[in-house]
Amino acid sequence: MTSFIQSYLGTGFGWFVAHLVYILLIALPLMLAVAMIIYADRKIWAAMALRRGPNVVGPLGLLQSFADGLKVFLQETIIPSAANKGLFLLAPIITFTVALMAWAVIPFDAGLVLADINVGLLYILAISSLGVYGVIISGWASNSKYPFFSAMRASAQMISYEVSIGFVLISVILWSGSFNLSTIVMTQKGYYGDWLGGLGLNGHAFNPLLFPMAIVFFISALAETARAPFDLTEAESELVAGYQTEYSSMSFALFWLGEYANVILMCALNAILFWGGYLPPIDWAPLYYVPGIIWLFAKILFFFFVFSWVKATVPRYRYDQLMRLGWKIFLPLSLFFVFLVSGFLMLTRYGAAG
Amino acid sequence: MSLAHIIKSYTLWEFVKAHWLTLKYFFKPKATINYPYEKNPISPRFRGEHALRRYPNGEERCIACKLCEAICPAQAITIEAQPRDDGSRRTTRYDIDMVKCIYCGFCQEACPVDAIVEGPNFEFATETREELIYDKSKLLANGDKWERAIAANLAADAPYR
Repeated sequence: MTSFIQSYLGTGFGWFVAHLVYILLIALPLMLAVAMIIYADRKIWAAMALRRGPNVVGPLGLLQSFADGLKVFLQETIIPSAANKGLFLLAPIITFTVALMAWAVIPFDAGLVLADINVGLLYILAISSLGVYGVIISGWASNSKYPFFSAMRASAQMISYEVSIGFVLISVILWSGSFNLSTIVMTQKGYYGDWLGGLGLNGHAFNPLLFPMAIVFFISALAETARAPFDLTEAESELVAGYQTEYSSMSFALFWLGEYANVILMCALNAILFWGGYLPPIDWAPLYYVPGIIWLFAKILFFFFVFSWVKATVPRYRYDQLMRLGWKIFLPLSLFFVFLVSGFLMLTRYGAAG
Repeated sequence: MSLAHIIKSYTLWEFVKAHWLTLKYFFKPKATINYPYEKNPISPRFRGEHALRRYPNGEERCIACKLCEAICPAQAITIEAQPRDDGSRRTTRYDIDMVKCIYCGFCQEACPVDAIVEGPNFEFATETREELIYDKSKLLANGDKWERAIAANLAADAPYR
């Protein structure tokens, strides 16, 4: 499509327009997905609590998120008089844009990626670290104690878990030999193909050396997005609504959208890094007739279901337990697996033994 | 730390068990009713919105004895009475302040002619407090609207009184 548009608008401007279209093609369905996933979250959570969840707006309540969005849109944006106005308004914008930016390197299918850069995983790490700024700035600019506490907790939590996420990613990178997400997906193809008569399994998670890392990554992803057992940043029994306390109307909605976009992103990363991304789960030719994007969506939805499932099941961690889990369990464990994976690869793939 | 304990904690066994439990609950029938469309059954003695009843010939039952006004612990009822043109004693004013009312049902118990009753209706929320100060016409209208249900409830409860 790029060359088609370039033939009308010239090389430079055509490229610009084409990529603008691509960005909209990712961002708009993503916003729609966020709306539907908020609805799904509420429904799943409700079902596990034996409730019904939203079921009045639209068929089965499917339009609930849009009704909520409209309500929020029509409300007044209240800026506390003691708040730092510029930063106060900047914070939700940062959270929202950062949550969208990371999607640039997510491969939806073979070759179907906005920016097929070779440092895709580094880019995602960088972007997800930037996400902390939205939280810190909102907590500080609100000039209110609960948001401030929440922002401190959130920043400490995100930084702690990014460390273990980093090591988990290193073990994946070592195995795949690339930072490029598409390459990482393709290296997951056909595990044990020789033993299982050609029907290999697609996904690093089927590798016993990387399976524990898949679990660690999943739990760290929960902490990174401040989801259920680690949602201390908005522990409503302690901190009102956390760093969003002073926000209203669209500024609040941007936080909400950004948070859920981040959740979907983490689900996508789980799928891409450990469960074969856009590849079907079994390396069997007929399954490849289903478009890769559908496999990826199915995996994202499955992981989102697990996210909601966890949210409905486990109680919130205490803050010191959270820190203990991050620094004293996940960090040594992931570090040890980096050592194991690199040692295994050194002996087998790179022939250091011989 | 026993071996079983170590295996349990490294396989996250407690979490797996908990998630299996919630997954079972996920497929269970819902405990909540679909409220605006479904309602729970209520007892014939349910004390809901007040109503003033009439006799089948259309004559209002209330004889302005003011027993309900006297017994009302929240003093929510205000009655003024005068002889009507045909000489019978009737209320000229019968107000219930539904904001004050504690729905104890004493007015219903005190009434010698079953005129004031608490009906089965519990959905009478309003947007202002003023709307909750019921006057005689509102109470009589309630009586006309709910008479069938009120009569059935009174008949169902009669053997136990």
